[in-house]
Amino acid sequence: MSSFEYASAPESKAIANIASSYGLFIGGKFVEPKKGKSFNTINPATEELLSKVGYADKLDIDAAVKSARSAFTKVWSKLPAKERGKYLYRIARILQERAREFAVVETLDNGKPIRESRDTDIPLAAAHFFYHAGWADKLEYAGVGNKPKPLGVVGQIIPWNFPLLMLAWKIAPALAAGNTVVLKPAETTPLTALLFAQVCQQAGLPDGVVNIVTGDGITGAALVNHPDINKIAFTGSTEVGKAIARSISATKKSATLELGGKAANIVFEDAAIDEAIEGIVNGIFFNQGHVCCAGSRLLIQENVSDEVIEKLKKRMSLIRVGDPMDKNTDLGAINSKEQLKRIHEISNTGDAEGANRWSPECKLPAKGYWYPPTIFTGVSQSHRIARDEIFGPVLSVLTFRTPAEGIEKANNSMYGLSAGIWSDKGAKILWAAKQLKAGVIWANTFNKFDPASPFGGYKESGWGREGGRHGLAGYLASDAKASK
Amino acid sequence: MIIDGSESSLKKFLSDLPPVDQVGADSRAAMLATRSIKTTSKAWAIDMAISMVDLTTLEGADSAGKVKALCAKAVRPDPTDLAVPSVGAICVYNDMVKIARTELNSIGGKDIAVAAVATAFPSGRASIAVKKLDTQDAIDAGANEIDMVIDRGAFLSGRIGEVFEEIKIIKQLCGDQAHLKVILETGELVTYDNVRKASYLAMLAGADFIKTSTGKVAPAATAPVVLVMLEAVRDYFALTGKKIGVKPAGGIRTTKDAIKQLVLVNETAGPQWLNPALFRIGASALLNDLLMQRMKLRTGHYASANYVTMD
Repeated sequence: MSSFEYASAPESKAIANIASSYGLFIGGKFVEPKKGKSFNTINPATEELLSKVGYADKLDIDAAVKSARSAFTKVWSKLPAKERGKYLYRIARILQERAREFAVVETLDNGKPIRESRDTDIPLAAAHFFYHAGWADKLEYAGVGNKPKPLGVVGQIIPWNFPLLMLAWKIAPALAAGNTVVLKPAETTPLTALLFAQVCQQAGLPDGVVNIVTGDGITGAALVNHPDINKIAFTGSTEVGKAIARSISATKKSATLELGGKAANIVFEDAAIDEAIEGIVNGIFFNQGHVCCAGSRLLIQENVSDEVIEKLKKRMSLIRVGDPMDKNTDLGAINSKEQLKRIHEISNTGDAEGANRWSPECKLPAKGYWYPPTIFTGVSQSHRIARDEIFGPVLSVLTFRTPAEGIEKANNSMYGLSAGIWSDKGAKILWAAKQLKAGVIWANTFNKFDPASPFGGYKESGWGREGGRHGLAGYLASDAKASK
Repeated sequence: MIIDGSESSLKKFLSDLPPVDQVGADSRAAMLATRSIKTTSKAWAIDMAISMVDLTTLEGADSAGKVKALCAKAVRPDPTDLAVPSVGAICVYNDMVKIARTELNSIGGKDIAVAAVATAFPSGRASIAVKKLDTQDAIDAGANEIDMVIDRGAFLSGRIGEVFEEIKIIKQLCGDQAHLKVILETGELVTYDNVRKASYLAMLAGADFIKTSTGKVAPAATAPVVLVMLEAVRDYFALTGKKIGVKPAGGIRTTKDAIKQLVLVNETAGPQWLNPALFRIGASALLNDLLMQRMKLRTGHYASANYVTMD
């Protein structure tokens, strides 16, 4: 060896006990789908089959909702609040104990680097259960009246980008507030949710409080349209979010929708440039850019844009793309063939519309789904790559001349989920944060999450908040009469 | 010419540097510390680190015997394995320079540099006349490298022209005879902005190396401080075409620590800096840990501390 090449340092797969097939988790037990259908889940980095999981149709959804309803009326709503908290603490602790196993399964099923599942996804998922466990017996302080009540049975549909973490965002507040749930994980990443079902059994959670049904969009629609669901909580694309909003519009169901984004990451001339570069890289290449709040539009003040772009390119050439199980990998596999196709399709419009594409030299593995870290410079607001969510490792770079123009460009989007501000001036940060129409604003950092901090967007980025007191309120009905 | 040497031009240059965000620098350094360096890359890194060690003794109790023993260790760190490279340099106080140079020359260590800490090390609290004499004395005794300290008091009170002039004067004395390493004593500069400014100040004044610490003040060579200094040499190279070396010193005691430093170099200044001409590690206890880890890789098991020599 004549230079410092990092030898492969793979995490062991031995700890992951993936069964060859899984049923649906209904009423505290794994059961076969009524029609016996199943589908494959694969490792997107290798295209190898990981397991076969049950396909839930309308009949299975009905069984799951019935089980959740019965658990709600007979057990969960009658339990003292502190007992609910006890179960949540127990789940949180089990997640911590089994963290390595969860991280490995998450990386195998999703394609994300093991460093991220190990250091971000799993610890944050456990933190969400710990945080909400504390709320269970303090709901009267959640700001929705003296005697807030649970909504009942909640249908939850989660995406494939942070499978276990999104499950935690959904299940932890729902259970803390006293609801029971039917959760549908994403079609391409069902495994950690099924592992979580085992955690529920291990924690002795009463049967039917958590039900997990695997399937595709049709399964999800059956859940949304089930008449005995009190609320739908959805994280995913704006397109599906709109469809959900339409289908529940004539019902009493409430909804939390956490949808797409096209976040502006704004670098002012007085920014700490080296740290801003890290923030840009983290903003768009974290989790392969499969992040609804990804900083996918970089807005740089013109007088520092050459310097920033040059440094960004140098930094991008250090990104280690490859085997997600290698502890030194920075950018893993694209989650699915369909998503890869979508990234290609939208990115190609960047070339066609006249933006300049750049990627560092990097060798992509032959098998699996891969896309190199990519930036487009010379992008204008009218380009499709500046408007549409790509949901991949593709960054559009735009410039602005004055702070006001920067804000105007940042807000000129149908989305408004998150934004980043890079400046060394406190006053400028506060001014910019006030102007930006985004639910989450990071200053001199990006993609930082905490269970105590509410998350959600403006405009087509969604309805409601998740996390913190605000997120909890979405799972509670204010008892106005009781408080009078 | 970037500056004309006047204090006002220096101040302008330093205040135009982009700021360092402390939280961001800390988190970048923490992320790089998660790199997993195993098998062949670990073996490579251990040998590279050994060749970068400035084997140091800077104690009031230093004696000729102690320094000679250190020289023997520097030439042949592991007497049982001649494949182990020699260290980069011996680092001693002025009065030990001649002893070290003579000893190294006589035991086959001609290529190992002798570095002398000069300019009223470690505090730097002496007049410039004394500092000049101190430096000249070390050079006359045969020092190949001068590790000078900056006047932190002057830097912190804004008299950066003075700091600049002092470095320039010492650099002139060094001439072609000795390499100049400038110790910033980052533990006393405290903020990363100061570390960045002091790094540039030293480079502009003619430093061949910028060095974190004397080893007498804590904290010393923390990962984010080294990160900021590596960014400075990287950007200074882009600006001027000149490559300046970096030397973390103080607090690097284990192989793990040393490998983390090499990862910082690799992913900040770049692989070009991964050689003893541009990166050194000031340490004493570190060498034995590197040797023990090297043995472990070679034999597959850990030896007790008695299997490495104590000097």
